[in-house]
Amino acid sequence: MIIKCPYCGPRDVIEFIYQGDATRSRPEPASNDMAAWNAYVYDRANPSGSHREYWLHSGGCRQHLVVTRDVSTHAISSVVFARDAAVAVKSGEPA
Amino acid sequence: MTSSRLSKGGRIDRSKSVRFTFDGKAYSGHTGDTLASALLANGITLFGRSFKYHRPRGVFAAGSDEPNALVTVLAGEVREPNVRATELEIHDGLVTQSQNRFPSLEHDFLAINQLAGPLFSAGFYYKTFMGPAIGPLRGTRFWMFCEKFIRRAAGLGKAGIAADPDRYERMNAFCDVLVVGSGPAGLIAAEAAASTGARVIIAEERPLAGGSLLASGELIDGRNPAVWAREKAAALAAMPNVRFLTRTSVWGYYDGNVLTAVEHVSDYKPNRTKGQPRQRHWVIRTGRTVLATGAFERPMVFPGNDCPGVMLADAARRYAIEYGVAPGNNVTLFTNNDSAYDAARTMSLAGVNITAIIDVRPDVSGTCRDIASVAGAELFLAHAVTATHAGKALSSITVQHFNAGTGRVSGAPRELKTDCLGVSGGWSPAIHLASQAGGKPDWDEDLQAFLPPEPNQNWVTTGSAAGYMDTISVLSDAATKGSAKSRLVLPPVEAPMLDASPAPVFEIEPSAKSQKAFVDFQHDVTADDIRLAYREGFHSVEHLKRYTTLGMATDQGKTSNVPGLAIMADVRGISIPEAGTTRFRPPFTPVSLGAIAGERYGDLRPHRLTPMHDWHLANSAKTYEAGLWHRPMIYASHGETVEQAYTREARAVRQSVGIVDVSTLGKIDIQGPDAAEFLDRVYTNMFSTLPVGKARYGLMLREDGVAFDDGTTWRLAETQFLMTTTTANAGPVMQHLEYYLDCIWPNLRVHLTSVTDVWAGSAVSGPKARAVLEACVTGTKVDNVTLPFMGIVHGKIGGIPVMICRLSFSGELAYEVYCGAGFGTKVWETLLVAGEPFDIMPYGLEALGTLRIEKGHVTGAEIDGRTTAHDLHLDWMLSKKKPYIGSAMIGREGLTDENRLSLVGLISMDNQSITGGSHIVTDPVPREPADSFGHVTAACYSPALGKYIALALVKHGTSMIGNRAFATDLLRDKHCPVEIVSHHMFDPEGSRMHG
Repeated sequence: MIIKCPYCGPRDVIEFIYQGDATRSRPEPASNDMAAWNAYVYDRANPSGSHREYWLHSGGCRQHLVVTRDVSTHAISSVVFARDAAVAVKSGEPA
Repeated sequence: MTSSRLSKGGRIDRSKSVRFTFDGKAYSGHTGDTLASALLANGITLFGRSFKYHRPRGVFAAGSDEPNALVTVLAGEVREPNVRATELEIHDGLVTQSQNRFPSLEHDFLAINQLAGPLFSAGFYYKTFMGPAIGPLRGTRFWMFCEKFIRRAAGLGKAGIAADPDRYERMNAFCDVLVVGSGPAGLIAAEAAASTGARVIIAEERPLAGGSLLASGELIDGRNPAVWAREKAAALAAMPNVRFLTRTSVWGYYDGNVLTAVEHVSDYKPNRTKGQPRQRHWVIRTGRTVLATGAFERPMVFPGNDCPGVMLADAARRYAIEYGVAPGNNVTLFTNNDSAYDAARTMSLAGVNITAIIDVRPDVSGTCRDIASVAGAELFLAHAVTATHAGKALSSITVQHFNAGTGRVSGAPRELKTDCLGVSGGWSPAIHLASQAGGKPDWDEDLQAFLPPEPNQNWVTTGSAAGYMDTISVLSDAATKGSAKSRLVLPPVEAPMLDASPAPVFEIEPSAKSQKAFVDFQHDVTADDIRLAYREGFHSVEHLKRYTTLGMATDQGKTSNVPGLAIMADVRGISIPEAGTTRFRPPFTPVSLGAIAGERYGDLRPHRLTPMHDWHLANSAKTYEAGLWHRPMIYASHGETVEQAYTREARAVRQSVGIVDVSTLGKIDIQGPDAAEFLDRVYTNMFSTLPVGKARYGLMLREDGVAFDDGTTWRLAETQFLMTTTTANAGPVMQHLEYYLDCIWPNLRVHLTSVTDVWAGSAVSGPKARAVLEACVTGTKVDNVTLPFMGIVHGKIGGIPVMICRLSFSGELAYEVYCGAGFGTKVWETLLVAGEPFDIMPYGLEALGTLRIEKGHVTGAEIDGRTTAHDLHLDWMLSKKKPYIGSAMIGREGLTDENRLSLVGLISMDNQSITGGSHIVTDPVPREPADSFGHVTAACYSPALGKYIALALVKHGTSMIGNRAFATDLLRDKHCPVEIVSHHMFDPEGSRMHG
């Protein structure tokens, strides 16, 4: 699998570390909604098809990326910096 | 003699003789021969014994699809088993051996296995090796004794035990178009792609280009097609944008258009050029792949079809045309399609005597009849071969009338004399790589074969791999598949009008009395095995494959896949596409582990050495590995045990002063306006309140509330911190921090830099530590006012700028001195000189551990991914004023349960050492199983206390203090009475480090 890092260009998957589901959202830090925390820490869906995932370019620029990948074909439809995606989510735009 | 060398023909170099041995006998062949062609030329038709039944087997194919003729190549002590004789190029001095025979190929003792057929039928792994389910032998040692022999009887070649002396290389390559195969399709596709300027790699598994053209009787551009192919290949190889790899088998197709190939660089040569690897492994990343992998001829399944002398019709043709070897004196052919007629025509022109063609079809075209008549072959239409007869080699076959519609055999048997029977059951496109890439193949009713699936990556198939079976359509398809933009002018082709569509006949079903009919020759799977599997309930092709091991041998079912499926579909009464097919897996051909490993063998880990490493070694340090780091364990003095050494070192620290290399600690430079806020969020305690020039001990949790890592973080400026982590967690902590900055808090203005390798660190500990620094530090005072506990100062040692923080892991008055890594040894040595008057003692990890155990300070042994801050008595570090990572989950029931293990100290009551990992039990007698209520995390002899002590995680730890128990370690035969004490075993008030 080749991931097109927005900073480093297309690189082999061997340079990256999978960092998990990028669709979950962390409750507000002071939140004591245990159901929300539980969902954030433990609950993961296992969807077929398109999925948003964090990948850390550990052997390159060390940026976390949000990779949108079809988990059944490994086709990657988009790669953005996680920071940009997270800022976009915070400001209400779709990432 | 049956097979023999023809007087002329072939691409072998008859002027050059090559001497080699097979089973100890010397033979000669010519340059260009394979072991198979050379042995056939010498009249050898028996090549090996079969996998389970030890049946005599000959050569069956002429390429990588060979299931039978596997040999072991010997080179000194090194043996390479299961090499296909059909691909093995001979060279002077080649030593080969047949396989799976005892004591010799001709007289094989285990051929008796043929009588023990039921032991080896479908599912034999499950039935035979489980032993009888009933009867007197059930579950007996006798059966286990027998099993050893059964296992020895079944198998292929033996692997060697000598180390492989050869060198292998790895290569990465990038191209716009990768063309796999260089037959007519591959050559034209490569030419089309290369003509547009694309970077092209062509990989050909054979020693030379041409594929089917090498044995073709057609004319291309009015010339011999082998010559045409050779010139085309040479022209391509000369292009600057083309790389032509021969003897290179593409064996795997992976995601992202990544393909793997193995190139035989020098293993076919008698003398290798210096520096040449034996094989080279390629990882090729390509924009587009053109799979021009050709097609495999299928066998017919009929009784006795594994007899030496029976081979694929195309293989017979290839031996005759390519190698100038007549596969027999009287060659017969048995077919369900026209391609065998082309083989007959071509062989006949080369001087091979074709005596009969047996065709299951009731009628054939005029072209076919003409070919048979010109070749002088008797034509048996609507006939089938129903038996083979052989002494040591095929001598005759039985043919009978056959109805292709009903599959029924009838009429009087007739015996035909023949010493070579070429069979053709139709052609299967070589869809292996396309199948690996993930698609489901499509069944083609016309070709009676699976065609490649719809591409799921950027690849195309062309030529016979795509189902084009005549040269004219192969060439025009390849030109467009190579590049839509190319304007190649294709050469004219002269070929007989033949139709590759076979009659849908895969098997001549054996009668009760007839011989075994084999489907998978390499794994000895018969047609009856498939029917047995069906009767036993294994209907799905996936079950069929695993239960019978059909197609699971080293040839990956190249010849057996479709006939096997056809027979299963037939018993189930469904069509072949309804039965479906299994997915091909890499590797396409066997690949040596050496080629995959390349130069990566032995100890592959990087070695991390501290700047002072050489000093340690020069001063008798015994090192051990802590993760990737090499760290001093002890500095050995003559005649000391490890315990004596660390006791001496630890005692010196408590009595005077010691020095230890702490360069391995993880160090992260954290800068930015929001750095303090960031640390407040990742540490359980507060860092925004930390004044500049001070350090603080910090604890991090995971999001689930479990303790993650600890260390001190130093505030170097309002917006700059230096975080230290445990040695083992340096990487994970960095990744953890990066994750939160990138994904959770992107608005925090913070930058992280790993500076672990930038700083060398020396910790000076002991009552005389300050005196040592006073003697060598310039530019700053180090007294208690200027440098209080957790204070930081900047100064110089020996002229080298240093940063000194007063913090203590040992519990003594102690300082960590950091300097640029390049000056580590200089600063270390200057500190030693300054410490001489106080008998400063370098100490290793064992003493470091002893000092911290005495103090009850935790490390990774206690922060083990299961313990909480509360378990480790670190709850005082949990801020109530702010949320932090893990704060939401830390109060969960399971993490606050009364019954959790918590940290305590242990003191040995019998003056015996306690072993790490011991379980804490109450039973004074060692027994198993015992009710463990805790375990030892770290243990040592404490010079400060004069006792053997340990840290342990114990249920109800704090309330157990004062109780006695036993630390039991049944593996090491220890059962030690202990007293449970507070983990602060030495100087609980901490007066020494504050002094």
